[in-house]
Amino acid sequence: MSEQLPAIILLAPLFGALLTGLAGNRDHRRCFPILISALAVSFGCAIALLVQVSQSGPIDYFVGGWNTERVPLGVGIQLRIDALNALLLVVITTVALLTAVYSFRRAGEENTEKTPQFYMLFQMLCVGLLGITVTADAFNLFVLVEVSSLTSYALVAMGSKSRGTVAAFNYLIMGTVGASFYLLGVGYLYMQTGTLNMAAIHEILADPAFGKSSTVFVAFILILVGVWIKMAFFPLYGWLPNAYSYCPSTTSCLLAPLMTKVSVYVMIRVMLSIFGADWVFQSLGWSHTVVWLAVIAILAGSVLALAQVELKKMLCYLIVAEVGYMVGGAWLANHWGMVGAIYHILADAFMTLCLFIAANIFIKHCRADRIDQLEGLFKRMPLTSTGFVVGALAMIGVPPTAGFFSKWYLLRGGIESGQWGYVIALLVSSLVNAVLFFRIIEIAYFGKNPAESHDHAHDEDSHQGQAGEATLLGGEGRPATVIPLLITAAIVILLGVFNAPVVEIIQQALEGMPVVGAAAAAR
Amino acid sequence: MEFLNASVIPYFNYWIYVVLMMIGLHAMITKNNLIKKLIGMSIFQTAIILFYVSIGVKTGSTIPILEHHHDEGHAETAHAVAESGDHHAEETDHEKSDHGNNEHAIEADHGIDPDHFANPLPHVLMLTAIVVGVSTLGVALAISQSIYKDFGSLEENEILAKIKQGGPGVDV
Amino acid sequence: MDSVVHSSLPLWACLASLLAAPAIVLFRRELFLREATTFVAAFVKFGLVLAMLPIITSGKVIEFTLVEGFGGVVAPILFRVDGLGMLFALVASSLWIVTSLYAIGYMRGLHEHSQTRFFAFFAISLSATLGVAFAGNLLTLYLFYEMLSLATWPLVTHHQDKEARTGGRTYLTYLLGTSIGFALPALIFTWIKSGGDLSFAGDAILASADLGPAQGLILLLAFCFGFSKAGMMPFHSWLPGAMVAPTPVSALLHAVAVVKVGVFCVIRVFTAVFGVDLLAKLGVATVISWIAAFTVIVSSLIAMSQDNLKRRLAFSTIGQLSYIVLGVSLLSAHAVQGSMMHIAMHAFGKITLFFCAGAIFVATGKKYVSQLSGLGKTMPFTMGAFAIGAMSVTGVPPTGGLLSKFYLVWGAADAQQFALLAVYLVSSVLNGVYFFPVVYRAFFKPAPEGEAAVEGIREAPLACVLPLSITAVGSVLLFFFPGLLLELTKLMTGAQ
Repeated sequence: MSEQLPAIILLAPLFGALLTGLAGNRDHRRCFPILISALAVSFGCAIALLVQVSQSGPIDYFVGGWNTERVPLGVGIQLRIDALNALLLVVITTVALLTAVYSFRRAGEENTEKTPQFYMLFQMLCVGLLGITVTADAFNLFVLVEVSSLTSYALVAMGSKSRGTVAAFNYLIMGTVGASFYLLGVGYLYMQTGTLNMAAIHEILADPAFGKSSTVFVAFILILVGVWIKMAFFPLYGWLPNAYSYCPSTTSCLLAPLMTKVSVYVMIRVMLSIFGADWVFQSLGWSHTVVWLAVIAILAGSVLALAQVELKKMLCYLIVAEVGYMVGGAWLANHWGMVGAIYHILADAFMTLCLFIAANIFIKHCRADRIDQLEGLFKRMPLTSTGFVVGALAMIGVPPTAGFFSKWYLLRGGIESGQWGYVIALLVSSLVNAVLFFRIIEIAYFGKNPAESHDHAHDEDSHQGQAGEATLLGGEGRPATVIPLLITAAIVILLGVFNAPVVEIIQQALEGMPVVGAAAAAR
Repeated sequence: MEFLNASVIPYFNYWIYVVLMMIGLHAMITKNNLIKKLIGMSIFQTAIILFYVSIGVKTGSTIPILEHHHDEGHAETAHAVAESGDHHAEETDHEKSDHGNNEHAIEADHGIDPDHFANPLPHVLMLTAIVVGVSTLGVALAISQSIYKDFGSLEENEILAKIKQGGPGVDV
Repeated sequence: MDSVVHSSLPLWACLASLLAAPAIVLFRRELFLREATTFVAAFVKFGLVLAMLPIITSGKVIEFTLVEGFGGVVAPILFRVDGLGMLFALVASSLWIVTSLYAIGYMRGLHEHSQTRFFAFFAISLSATLGVAFAGNLLTLYLFYEMLSLATWPLVTHHQDKEARTGGRTYLTYLLGTSIGFALPALIFTWIKSGGDLSFAGDAILASADLGPAQGLILLLAFCFGFSKAGMMPFHSWLPGAMVAPTPVSALLHAVAVVKVGVFCVIRVFTAVFGVDLLAKLGVATVISWIAAFTVIVSSLIAMSQDNLKRRLAFSTIGQLSYIVLGVSLLSAHAVQGSMMHIAMHAFGKITLFFCAGAIFVATGKKYVSQLSGLGKTMPFTMGAFAIGAMSVTGVPPTGGLLSKFYLVWGAADAQQFALLAVYLVSSVLNGVYFFPVVYRAFFKPAPEGEAAVEGIREAPLACVLPLSITAVGSVLLFFFPGLLLELTKLMTGAQ
């Protein structure tokens, strides 16, 4: 049984989706238990895999038993789970599970007639994301990227807001361009190497005769551009803010934390497992250029976020900035930069989830999505506010949240590689985040605009205070939305406090690699 | 002319795909009508399919089907196809090996020269890519239908204008 | 050299008030229980700190690792109690008890809103303060430092009016801006230079790192400005801004906990990050000395011109904090000892002054120095305590302030820095100049004509007057019984 885990983790949501389609149409109430149990199975598998991998190294799984004993590498579909993607599997399944809990009743309200369809897409998206993570085949990666993208286009378009549909269309156009570029890049790689298995490609490219060929070079550029579009790396981010802010709330909770992060993972996987760190960083020598692009992404994302008046839009631009963090970190070409980037994938997934759940609860209860309409929320919804504040602090990078430690490692990478522009960009973006979030916290905490009602502020506040204290939790959203939020907030903090074991696993994943391995750092 | 002889004519298939791709990309970016954008997208995807197919071509080769050998290797292929279900990639990987890594074994066993056969793998990959392309197009058309219902138009500028006004039927 | 005791006491001392916060929220409608919770937590905390005292005075240190680190990764939470941490923890936790009493009197006296939130965040702030005091490595220090900035923000902006909003913005902008902008990079740079070690135990972190004078100077400046709670100019303006807070907050946090956390961090940077030897070798500490000296003089001059009593006290605090920074930057054993002692001496003196300012406000609603004429007759206890506090801060016998100033001046003489010695003396005179007119006005000027002559004594509520009397008496007692402080500070300077 345990050797089949890599397959089960994919199959559970796949069959869940089928079952939802079969059983859920008659009775919408059946959808939710199916969803939860499918995701719970995946989650269990992810945990088990993480334990296995961290104890006994990478796991190779050959679908249908086409293993290397029977046929050479590259024949048969290989799933490969190493320390890196085992961590990501846990993140994806956790986020999906929490979002699933959040969607209880909420999804039904948002897509009244199409609840089963929504849950099918939800699970197919998980299949896609998990598949991207575990696959060891460059072409399969494309197919799974498209599985997840197609479902996300549909999920974005499902909302009742007509702007969401337009956003979904733009998302689809951009997403298809991105995936096509990736596919093209894989084509060039195949031309040069004659295989699609990541490890096999890597082996062939290690030969300098191949490594220097311009075909490989073109392939790398195409793949990189394709992945950058998918992850909304500045300036290719245009599709993201509208798509994530006008979609149904459950969808935004699922997409915002996962899609861009998994794309960043794909980039790192391509860099490390297909082309190899020495080729990317030493033969190519692009580190400086890409890090500067990342600097621009970070600064532009932060500035654009500052200009937003809608809460979710602002969060979306922050994602653009965060993508800059990760791309920059991965391209710093040293151990701690890469550790920071990978750690940030994990941290950012939970931070974003935390903020999006909280923002969605706020928006639902205020019936408004502008930041200045969030007055007096802290009094009415103390628990949700706590969750939001934790997410905000993590974004700013206040210890002991996970956001602090990712900055900690990224900054170390930046300083060690002498990329001062990146270091400054990280710090500036932290400060901008502080401004952004304290602007919101101030509005939510002060209740009303004190400039207008200065004279009466004191009395009225004390009056409100009594009313607020009388019903401390009366204004909260329903438990199914608040509980996932609080769990996420707890994860954000715990992931920060216990970052050492996580970093150890990441270091294990990078072990022995040139440039980014721990041994290279010790030098 | 020299450039033409040296770079264009021998690689004409690549030039064609590049030109097609650029036409598609141009349409996707500049066209105002959503359906025209989608047409551009299809051209774009088809260009890539052409590219893949053309890299599998070999002069003087034929389709990779072994007619006279009801042997072990072939049975295995059939088995794999049956087993893998909708996983095209598995099938393709397997066939690729027939051509690539196992070619000497097969040649030795059956007297087959792989050079006589076209590389089937890119073609098979493209089966999957076509499926992906078709489903993308399907989703895209469904979305544009929904947009048309909401905005009464498929022209991008009109839609954007309506969003700006927050006109009827637009809950912004 | 010093033997290590492993014990979870520091953790529990830290948690005592943190755990009290939810309880305070829980008892939000049972006012008696809520207040009782605060007191129980305060006494438990103080008790836990006291329980550690014998171990520390016997020359040992307590260590406790909450979260382990792995290869190259720093343990995020590590507690380590040594003499300096003990001294600071004692001061903070003992004054919390007094302040709690005062806060109850003050908040009830003024019928403030949201008292539950106030007490809850107060408790959290105290946890953060003790966390800083017991921090065993730079990362833990930074963690609790930031926690303190954030936990005090709702206290500073308690009134939730426009003024509070502006003050709160200034407060966070300065504190977060400098800690993220300067302290965090400095921290990471130290981490790289030291090869992964950020612990305060043993030799100074950078003792064996290769560090040029230019790098050293930039790093030192980044640390000193990064920990801007120490109020060094030009990053001082958050402190007067934060005076919009209710007085108990100003008293405990902005005379004791927050600002002392700032100088505490600076002392740690000097003694445990760089180490006195390295700084002496690099010769960069003089730069800090002069910045601190400048701050001392300029803030005293500004304080003289402030009519708002709390703002005057705030600028006085800025000056006194720079005394401490100046002392430690002199690098002589006596000056460092004086700096550490001044943490305690100034805390008792300044908290008395703030308590008095608050008590005056509660009893009469007066905020300005110019309104205080004749107040000595109606509020003799308060103004008497004010006089004692002023004496202590200025350094007049028989108050504790004299002792620490004596050590500081001694240290300056040791270091052959006579210009800086003069700064100490001149500024002490200036302290007198801005404090004693207040006392004089209260006791010897007649009450203004317009006010109805109040006969007899009209003091603030007992809950306000009692604490300020206690701290005033404390200031005097510290002069006569400084043994414990000397012992604790000797542990630190001796250990170097």
